[in-house]
Amino acid sequence: MVVAKVCGIETEYGIHHVGGDGNPVASSSLLVNAYVSELARAAWDFEDESPGNDARGFAREGSMPPEIETHLVNAVLTNGARYYVDHAHPEFSTPECADPLEVVLYDKAGEEVLRRSMAAVRRTLPEGQSIVVYKNNSDSKGNSYGTHENYLMDRAVPFARIAHLITPHFVTRQIFAGAGKVGSETAGNAGRDITFQISQRAEFFEEEIGLETTLKRPIVNTRDEPHADPQRYRRLHVIVGDANMCDVATFLKVGTTALVLALIEDDAFDGRELTLANPVKAIRQVSLDLSLSEPIDLADGRTTTALALQWELFGLARKYAEDRGLACLGDEAVGQQVLQRWEDVLHGLETDPSVVADKVDWAAKLGLLEAYRERHGLDWDDQRLAAVDLQYHDLRPERSLFARLDTERLVRDQDVLDAVTEPPRRTRAYFRGQCLKRWASSVASANWDSLVFDLGTDPLRRVPMMDPLRGTAEFVEELLDGSSSPAELLARLSA
Amino acid sequence: MPEQEKKRRPAATTREETTTEEVEAPAPSPQGEKLKAELDDLLDEIDEVLEENAEEFVRNYVQKGGE
Repeated sequence: MVVAKVCGIETEYGIHHVGGDGNPVASSSLLVNAYVSELARAAWDFEDESPGNDARGFAREGSMPPEIETHLVNAVLTNGARYYVDHAHPEFSTPECADPLEVVLYDKAGEEVLRRSMAAVRRTLPEGQSIVVYKNNSDSKGNSYGTHENYLMDRAVPFARIAHLITPHFVTRQIFAGAGKVGSETAGNAGRDITFQISQRAEFFEEEIGLETTLKRPIVNTRDEPHADPQRYRRLHVIVGDANMCDVATFLKVGTTALVLALIEDDAFDGRELTLANPVKAIRQVSLDLSLSEPIDLADGRTTTALALQWELFGLARKYAEDRGLACLGDEAVGQQVLQRWEDVLHGLETDPSVVADKVDWAAKLGLLEAYRERHGLDWDDQRLAAVDLQYHDLRPERSLFARLDTERLVRDQDVLDAVTEPPRRTRAYFRGQCLKRWASSVASANWDSLVFDLGTDPLRRVPMMDPLRGTAEFVEELLDGSSSPAELLARLSA
Repeated sequence: MPEQEKKRRPAATTREETTTEEVEAPAPSPQGEKLKAELDDLLDEIDEVLEENAEEFVRNYVQKGGE
């Protein structure tokens, strides 16, 4: 049965250290450090050298994410987000958000954190040096880095069923969620004359399902790390998406995915589920088909198209909304907005992608490239077009090409600025963020599903947060406001 | 390039069919002129802010794989 679609996005940013020595790990650390050193913060819960249970009587979380390197910078922010260095990239993980619109807000807050980091690190670097970040997913030379989404799901739904039913959406949602890129960069497309494609990431996917994220990337990632009560919940870790600049694209990427996952949990496909003959082939094919109308093979021998498949999913979602409502998306009105915008964007795409250039990144970028190409009479392999592509994602206001476009906004600038420091109110991120805001010096460590307090005298006190829907303002705001110290908070929590 | 004509939505869905109107070649209009001027301004701005040595800029942007 459907559970509330608590969701979030982790973004690995591309990084370029102008005048640096070419060590991206060091540059990423400098960048993140510059930001967090100015803030009240708590270290993430991986700093102890010995893994497993802590001798002081609390257990660390069930499994350690494979990508965490303990010596790297790692911080939890007062908005409940995590900001850290993941391998060779700065990464911003939004707090747990209650609905897709809130994800847009915190995704944009993440961009603001990175902008402030660029400014902060510049003050510490020698003359002539700067660190620049790009919100994209590839360097156009065959190296890709990820933008991952996370969705809370009901543990009772078999994973194989989730994987089977979500795959067609993951293959085709790129028609509105793709960030677009010039050319191609993988061996699979070698020798083909590819000027532009819809997705940055699609051509990097080689498997239908699997645990990997860096090699043989699978369309459906099987990482099973719920960061919540594993008896009740699953966290679907989605690695197949592009980073989006457009508010509407992020909103639809997350909103439509949450909605299709709700259909899966409530078994609402009504026998109309479609199975692709070859999802890996199809995801690359869709990325290359700017007409959105090439036939895609289905397992039963019929064919469909990316647009037709999206219309089919939309039809099922609309029926679901009529029957059961969309409160499962965190907010009925936001759910209805997902549905409406989904329909509008599909209409726009089938009319002409330029119609949705203020909403869909690949269409916005393609329009820009076409116009620039025409003005200067450039061939598609001209490096100025590659530069336009890259600079579309540049987060510096003075260089960003995206910032110069008049795209539709779904969140207000002031709300984004507030979200840099304020946590969401309707998930456990509220408790995490508020405790850090009030008593950072007493928080020994923080994690998605726990906070550890150091009160100075007692043993460390761990507060588990195994339910993403508890620890909300509704549950704990009074408790927090009524506690004058962390000791009092803990006393009242255990009372 | 994407197809310029409106297509009918696939019949396989449960949505109601709506009639699409013929798309006519747009006549030059004050609004069209305004859009053109805005685009020109935008392209001017790109010329200004685009990294000066595009080739070197693109070549130097090398990332390690992540995730």
